[in-house]
This record gives sequence, C-alpha cells and structure tokens, in this order.
Amino acid sequence: MARNKSFSVTTLPGFTAIALTTFVLLYAPIVTMVIYSFNDSESVALWGGFSIRWYVEAWDNTQVQQATVRSLVIAVSAAFISTTVATMAALGTTRRGRFKGQTLIYVMINQPLMVPEIVTAVALLIFFASIKVATGYTGLAYLILAHSAFCVPFAYLPIRARLEGMDLALETAAADLYARPWQTFRHVTLPLMMPGIAAGAMLAFVISLDDVIITEFVKSAGQDTLPTYMLGQLRRAVTPEVNAISTALLALTVLLLTAFFILNRKRD
Amino acid sequence: MTEAAVEARSARKEYGAGDKKVRALNDVSLVINKGEFFTLLGPSGCGKTTLLRLIAGFESPTSGMILLGARDISTMAPYDRPVNTVFQSYALFPHLSVADNIGFGLAMQGTPKAQVDARVAEMLALVKLEAFSERRPQQLSGGQQQRVALARALAPEPEVLLLDEPLSALDLKLRKEMQLELKRLQSETGITFVFVTHDQEEALTMSDRIGVMRDGSILQIGGPREIYNKPVNRFVADFIGETNVLTGTVETGGVRLPTGDVIAVDNLDAAAQGSKVSLAVRPEQVRIGDGALSARVAETVYFGTDTHCHLRMSDDTEVVARMQSPPSGDTGLHEGQQVSFDFVPGAVRVLED
Repeated sequence: MARNKSFSVTTLPGFTAIALTTFVLLYAPIVTMVIYSFNDSESVALWGGFSIRWYVEAWDNTQVQQATVRSLVIAVSAAFISTTVATMAALGTTRRGRFKGQTLIYVMINQPLMVPEIVTAVALLIFFASIKVATGYTGLAYLILAHSAFCVPFAYLPIRARLEGMDLALETAAADLYARPWQTFRHVTLPLMMPGIAAGAMLAFVISLDDVIITEFVKSAGQDTLPTYMLGQLRRAVTPEVNAISTALLALTVLLLTAFFILNRKRD
Repeated sequence: MTEAAVEARSARKEYGAGDKKVRALNDVSLVINKGEFFTLLGPSGCGKTTLLRLIAGFESPTSGMILLGARDISTMAPYDRPVNTVFQSYALFPHLSVADNIGFGLAMQGTPKAQVDARVAEMLALVKLEAFSERRPQQLSGGQQQRVALARALAPEPEVLLLDEPLSALDLKLRKEMQLELKRLQSETGITFVFVTHDQEEALTMSDRIGVMRDGSILQIGGPREIYNKPVNRFVADFIGETNVLTGTVETGGVRLPTGDVIAVDNLDAAAQGSKVSLAVRPEQVRIGDGALSARVAETVYFGTDTHCHLRMSDDTEVVARMQSPPSGDTGLHEGQQVSFDFVPGAVRVLED
C-alpha cells in the first residue's frame, strides 16, 4: 500500500455507476415533470404534443392567481420576520464565550428542525383555533406567524455560521477607531453578516413557499397557498396544470439561488 | 522638561473571581513621555498586552488609574480615547477597500468626506501604498496589510499609538524592514508609540526606552543601552541577550569567586561585606589572553560573524566569551587548552534576585 496516498472515495469500484444512478434518480422525475408541463393532452401521463396551454390556463386561473399572491405574501413576510428574529438570536448566541445553557438554547431555537412537522401542525391548529374563537379574526396573520416560527432555524443556521467565522477583533478595532456601538454594528458587524442574512432569508423564503403540512392545518377556508391548492387538485382529475405550476415554482427557486450565488461570488 | 503622554498609577487588573482569580497586572506605575518610542518587553503572559488594552480602553483597571496627559481615562470607552491600536492580527475590515479602511476612524468621527479623502491620500503616500487604495485587504501581502493597519491607526492623528506585537507575523527580512519603517514613521509623525513585543532585539533596535515586564510587574525601565548593560536582576540580564552569571562573596575591593580570584565590580556600593552575590557579565565583555583569571577551553562554537568560546574555570563555572571570527574562521583555540582571560573594566555587575 502506498502510505502517502490518502483514501479517496472516487477510486472505489462502481463509484461512477453509483454516482450516475443517484443523479438519474434525483433528476429524472423533475425532468419528466418539466417535459410533461408542455403536454397538450388532458392527461399527465399521455403525451399529446407540445403546447404551453397549461401555462396559459394556470395563468388565467383566478384560484391559482390568488394562491400565488397568498403564497408570496406569506413567504416574504415569514422570511422577513424569521430572518430578523434569527439575526438577533445569532447575535445573542455567538458574540461571547461558551455560557451555561448554550446547548439548551440551540436546541430550543432549532426545535422546528427536530419536532415532526405534523406535531407542530396539530399544536398550532388547536392553539390558533382557540384564538380564532376568542377574537373572531381569521386573516392571513396565523399563517404568517406559523411560517415565521418554523422558518427561524433555517434562517438562523447560516447567520450563526457566518458570525462564528467572524473575527471579534474587527469590532474591537472599530471601537478603537472611534465607532460607537451602533456605528460598529452598522458599519462592521452588519455588512460582514450580510451574506449569512441573505442566505438565511432566501432559505426561509423557499421553505415557506414550499410548506404544505402546517399550512393545511392552520389555514382558514379560502386561504389556499400554491402548494395546498395543488394538493387539492390531486383529489380531482389531475391535469398538466399542476406540472406547469410546479415548473414555474422550480424556475423561481433556481433563479433565486442563482442570483444569490452570483451576489456572493461578487462579494468575495 | 518632558511631558507625560500616558501614565499608569498603581494599575491593577484581575480576571475571574474567588479561587480562580488571576492577577494579570500587579499595581504597575509607569510614565511614558510625549513623542517617545516606548517598548513593553517581556515573555508571553507577563501582562504587557493587558497594560496595552488598559491604555486602549478595551479593559478597565480593577484598581488604580490610567491617565492620558493629565486626564484620568480609566473608565473612558475606547471610542472616546484619542488612542489608536495596531493589532497583532491587523484586524483590517475585509469588506472595505484599503482607502476606506484607512479613512474609517475619521469617518466615524464625522469628518467631512473631502477632508477624509485628503488625509487618506496623505497616509497612503506615507506608507507607500498609493497604487493599492481600491484593493481589498485580503488581496495584499502580509507586509502591505501591516502598512495599511499602521496607516489606519495613524490617520486620525492619535495622541498615542499602541502597537501589539505588530511584526510577529512577518518573516525575518520583512520584519527588519518594518522595524526601520516604524522608527521612521514615529520620528516623522512625532506621535508617542507604545510598542509591545517579546523580541528583545526588536526592543533594543527601535525603542527610546524599554520597560521589561514579568508576572504582571515592571522590573526595569530604561534606555536600550542601560537595560542591556546594566540589568537590575538576573531575569532582565537573561531575557535581554545572553549573559554569564557568576556567584561570589563580597570583599573589600571586589568579589571573591569560588576559585579564589578577586574581581572588580562596578556597582558594589549597596552590597554588605561577606554577603553572597550574583554577578552578570556579557559574553562580548570577556577577553581571552593575558588576564588574571584562568580556565580551560571546553568548546568553541562558530556563528559566522562571531565565535563563542565556552571556558571552564577550576570550580566548573562556565563563562562564555564572544569574539569576532578572524578571516580564516579559526580562532586558534582548541578544546582542553589552558587560557587566561579577563573581564572588560566596568562590565561586571551585581544582580538583584
């Protein structure tokens, strides 16, 4: 055995075959879905020629329009609220040495990652139901609050990672150079955190946009988001409209991630 | 009449509490004069960086006082002190250009932009980095980053500039260059420099005065020549350069060594007759040939410009003599050879313990 040669997974037999199979399994269904979104027939399984009619139909469908607006309102609000909360949590948990109860606080912040979503959904359903009864309010705020809550850990993790990698001496240096605490935050801490905050916000946005379980439980009548609308469609005759909406969502996500990637590259 | 730039009055700093209490600074009193290049020298953990942080305002003293000029600044926040720091890690802002880094202090003070720009241009010229103003710090070499850190700290024209081992990350050649550069900047700007280092050579080359520290206390303050030639105790003698330490008994007219020889000692006034003392003498003050003392050559070590000759006296005390290597490189001394030697008059000093 050559002693200076380190172990490399790429030299194992069958590595290429396994890698290729994995990629095919990951992407074949998505590619199929995208192709069939351009299907002219009424069926999601039978090819009837190329057409963009399902995109047009989805675009003209008022239910889809309303669900899209609702999804975006919820996702943008939830991303904003959860990122703000997560930024403060990250500042509170990283700007110091290890402290008592640190692990407990980490676990509490990341609770939505560990507790099964269905449990949170049921808990929120019961909790919000009593508030609905007491106040009579049935607006979107419940969904925004619920989404904000489960988006916090997704926003928190990249921001914390960014802060942990930051040299504390930079803030000391700012204070040494006449920056008052808020100036230090505004001119040093915040700009350096920004890539983490952007990543966190983007993740939170995508996670909220995609959520079905909690939304399904918490929403009031007529508050379908795009994913719950699509789920509803499945109970009836499924048309390639669902494919078209999914493809549009996919395109939006890819666009966001690409924009983020390019922005980050520029920064460094 | 010299004016004080910085003064510490019985400054004490303790960390932790109860049993775990650690005293990093032990009632240090010190006056640093205006326009002086003052170095705090000592091994790691001696309290030199703590003292620097007290002056910068990153820590406040447990007891005692820090004064800037005549003002008590003990509890003043770092951003209110007209004192700037060059950090060991440089701590340049990675998201700002070199120019914005240098202008940061002035911008935070609310200086108008035109004035900031003018000052930045001036500082860039001073550290010879005009061509790099729009670069990010991480695109510069270590030496260039060092210069940016200096320019950034000098730009707001602080009353005192603190330098926390700023050269330790540079390689030897660059370090030598930067030592001269720092000295030049200090004389050009006339700003008081307080420099922290554990490198005795660095301290000797650059400083007007040096404070040697150990275990949270200052052992000796003096000019480089004074510290080197007249160390007050064994620690200072050992820490700064190499030294021979001998022991002996005080007599009239000198100190009697265990070998029976009596040698003249410079500062014997305080020592009582018959008392045991430690003596220090630098290797370059030992002269081989034609002396009153005798020894056997134990070893010679060639260092290029110098050769060290280890001499063993009859009581096994070892004395190292440093001589300039002759052109042939051969000093003519060989192991086992009996030689006579002497100390240069005035070179032997009594040490406190």
